[in-house]
Amino acid sequence: MSKDIRIKKGLNINLIGAAEQTTSKAVLSNVYALNLDDFHGITPKMLVKQGAEVKAGEPLFYNKNKEEMLFVSPVSGELVEIVRGARRRILTLKILADKTQEYVEHKPLDLVKSDAEGIKTFLLQSGGWPFIKQRPYDIIANPDATPKAIFVSGYTTAPLAADADYVLQGKEAELQAAVNVLGKLTPGQIHVSIGKSNNSPLANLDGISLHKVNGPHPAGLVGTQINKIDPINKGEVAWTIAPQDLVILGELFLTGKFNAERTVALVGSVVKAPKYYTTKIGAEISTFLYASGVNEDKFRLINGDVLTGSRTNTEGYLGFYNNTVTAIPEGDDYELFGWNKPVFNKISTTRALTFSWMQPKKKYDLNTNTNGEHRAFVVTGQYEEVFPMDIYPLQLLKACMVKDLDEMEQLGLYEVAPEDFALTEFICISKQPHQQIIREGLDLLHQEIG
Amino acid sequence: MGLKENLHKFRVKNQGKKWFPVFSGFHTFLFTPNETTHSGTHVKGADDLKRTMNTVVMSLIPCLIFGMFNTGYQHYLALGEIQAAADGFFSAAFWTWDNFILGFWKMIPLVVVSYVVGLTVEFIFCVIKGHEIEEGYLVTGMLVPLIVPIDLPLWMLTVAIVFGVVIGKEVFGGTGMNILNPALTIRAFLFFAYPTWMSGDKVWVHGAVDTAGTADAISGETVLGYLAQGKGVDEFSYSLSDMFFGFIPGSVGETSTLLILLGGLFLVFSKIASWRIMLSAVIGSLVMGLIFNSIVAAGWIPEYSKFYGLMSFEYWQHLLVGGLAFGIVFMATDPVTGSQTNRGKWIYGFLIGFLSVMIRVFNPGYPEGVFLAILLMNVFAPTIDHYVVRGNIKRRMKRLKNATIYPKTSGEVEALKTETV
Repeated sequence: MSKDIRIKKGLNINLIGAAEQTTSKAVLSNVYALNLDDFHGITPKMLVKQGAEVKAGEPLFYNKNKEEMLFVSPVSGELVEIVRGARRRILTLKILADKTQEYVEHKPLDLVKSDAEGIKTFLLQSGGWPFIKQRPYDIIANPDATPKAIFVSGYTTAPLAADADYVLQGKEAELQAAVNVLGKLTPGQIHVSIGKSNNSPLANLDGISLHKVNGPHPAGLVGTQINKIDPINKGEVAWTIAPQDLVILGELFLTGKFNAERTVALVGSVVKAPKYYTTKIGAEISTFLYASGVNEDKFRLINGDVLTGSRTNTEGYLGFYNNTVTAIPEGDDYELFGWNKPVFNKISTTRALTFSWMQPKKKYDLNTNTNGEHRAFVVTGQYEEVFPMDIYPLQLLKACMVKDLDEMEQLGLYEVAPEDFALTEFICISKQPHQQIIREGLDLLHQEIG
Repeated sequence: MGLKENLHKFRVKNQGKKWFPVFSGFHTFLFTPNETTHSGTHVKGADDLKRTMNTVVMSLIPCLIFGMFNTGYQHYLALGEIQAAADGFFSAAFWTWDNFILGFWKMIPLVVVSYVVGLTVEFIFCVIKGHEIEEGYLVTGMLVPLIVPIDLPLWMLTVAIVFGVVIGKEVFGGTGMNILNPALTIRAFLFFAYPTWMSGDKVWVHGAVDTAGTADAISGETVLGYLAQGKGVDEFSYSLSDMFFGFIPGSVGETSTLLILLGGLFLVFSKIASWRIMLSAVIGSLVMGLIFNSIVAAGWIPEYSKFYGLMSFEYWQHLLVGGLAFGIVFMATDPVTGSQTNRGKWIYGFLIGFLSVMIRVFNPGYPEGVFLAILLMNVFAPTIDHYVVRGNIKRRMKRLKNATIYPKTSGEVEALKTETV
């Protein structure tokens, strides 16, 4: 059964440096790290001390507000450093990997015998749970809730992001296992979306509701698809899982091992030979960055895509949820009369002497310059052109800024995640930080309403 | 290049000084800043507010230049020194050096005063508040000289601009926060404070005020002025093409419907201004015009009525005279003071057109109503948006009835149900 979703509003940001579809094995990383910022809203409580030996899949810390929720080590080795920030907040956990990897062996999940509670316990203890995220609030799912549906987007539209069709190839067994198990956690459906082409490994899974999506970015974002398939109402909960994480979950169910291996796209105009690498969660980015080579000394390295990724550097580590690493040039230079001269080398949705509308297929080499200064909201009607949800983006942003809880709720804040506002942030003439505004709004709503 | 580095050093050295926003304002005009993204998206679109505002200013330049020629042309025509332009838009009698020079020297002081006074006020407020100089005044400063009579004394303009920028904009928090269109606030101030300078048959042609009462007296009544006096279309000498091309007396920039149309098309094409507002405002004015025409056709209005002249004016010609076209294209489309939702824009624009023609016809003292209609709708725009957004909220509430909420823990179900109803 397949239902088509057509998205008309949106904008494809075509950049130079898409990954070539070949995969190499990345050099083994010495140190692996978990960045605690990846787990939004989680207060960690350590389970092991600095210097302790851990196996791959062994718990490192738990969620203070939900003690059953364990976070595990991606590799076996020694916990060499706990990097702390202000007020001793834990920032990063670094693990020096062993030569030979040892795994914590769980008993593979017996699907027939397990009920929802059993599956949840298994996921919480084996470290697979954090891959499941929930809406509202865009946080790691609350295990006490029952989701009305689970959403997986297998359609990639984000700029330069790893192509889901490609990275999932050959993983049908794991995907099917994951879907079989997760199906028991919701009375509703597992909605899986794929692009137009039929070669997605997700297309032939059993027990899912398949949707074919086409259209420009953000058609591939799971939030857009939820809005079109079954929007979230107040009080409802939906879960979302990225397809590459389904693979890890599937293997966990099948073998009982937490295998953090993942195919990562190294992309961006700075990268000499952009392509795919297999590595593990938390690996040093330098282990594959320099294998492809870089064109410049000074560049921006991003865990994720250019719209939603987080900033890192050449000493950084692959994020827990990321399967794309982007390197683009920094733009910290002045531009003479940049505000009035005709622009051919940047993307714009207007035609105010900007000419990207003439070549919709052209690939651009964008840098990190803001192309102007932060201003109050002035122009109206432009966000709507790239925002396909049935939500008023400007009004919702303003409601978040003035912290009007009723308005936030009524205008649909439950349905969105910060990433849904990345495109409006990209085109914003006033250069307002939309994702941050939405994030703060969600946190406030979560805190006040729960 | 040296300039770039020197300015950068200066910028870094003086960050945080009281006057820094003023320097930064000029610096960013020369160079787009070297700022890079730190949170959120790592790349940004090409447009910023300067570019947006600059696009609007560019679309106003043809009206400004035409206004210079027209100032001279109307003056010499009233004196009887030249013949009326007869052969189309590019009439040799219109585009003469003499016309331009006279108009140029009359216009430049208005433009300079407008920008200098307005920007000074902006700078002062930015320094006090310590925020960046926002670009809103670039457009306002260009609009103001175009919507005032040519002979307006500069001190009046100064007073009006100070009032308009402070009361109309800065007290609300500056660009993006104002409720009323600042340029129209300035015009409204002039209109109510100095009515003799803003209406009548003496102010629209350069020299008419000075020569009033003398033997050389000239006058320049606007088309609407003639109509308001009950004169028919046949009784004044302006042809339809004069009105369309703009060879008529009026505020400096508002006369040439042709150039306003081109400017409007450019703004729509560049996606800076809302075509919805423009189109619906045109429709609104046509509808109101048609209503008046049919009232006249039905014979309900006697010919001696003071409204007869304006009411019987052919409905679509309302768009050619007065400030209607200029107001629709450049004033009603102000995104800050207008409606912000797409559906709201249709309603907002329609009512502007509708009310403009209505006020124009029924205004007893002064036969024009565009700026009043737009200011009125500025006030109502948030209300329109409120009801449009309510529609979206209602849809969401309706959906809520079918919500499938699974209990978190037993007992919470009931609480959730009562809460959401």
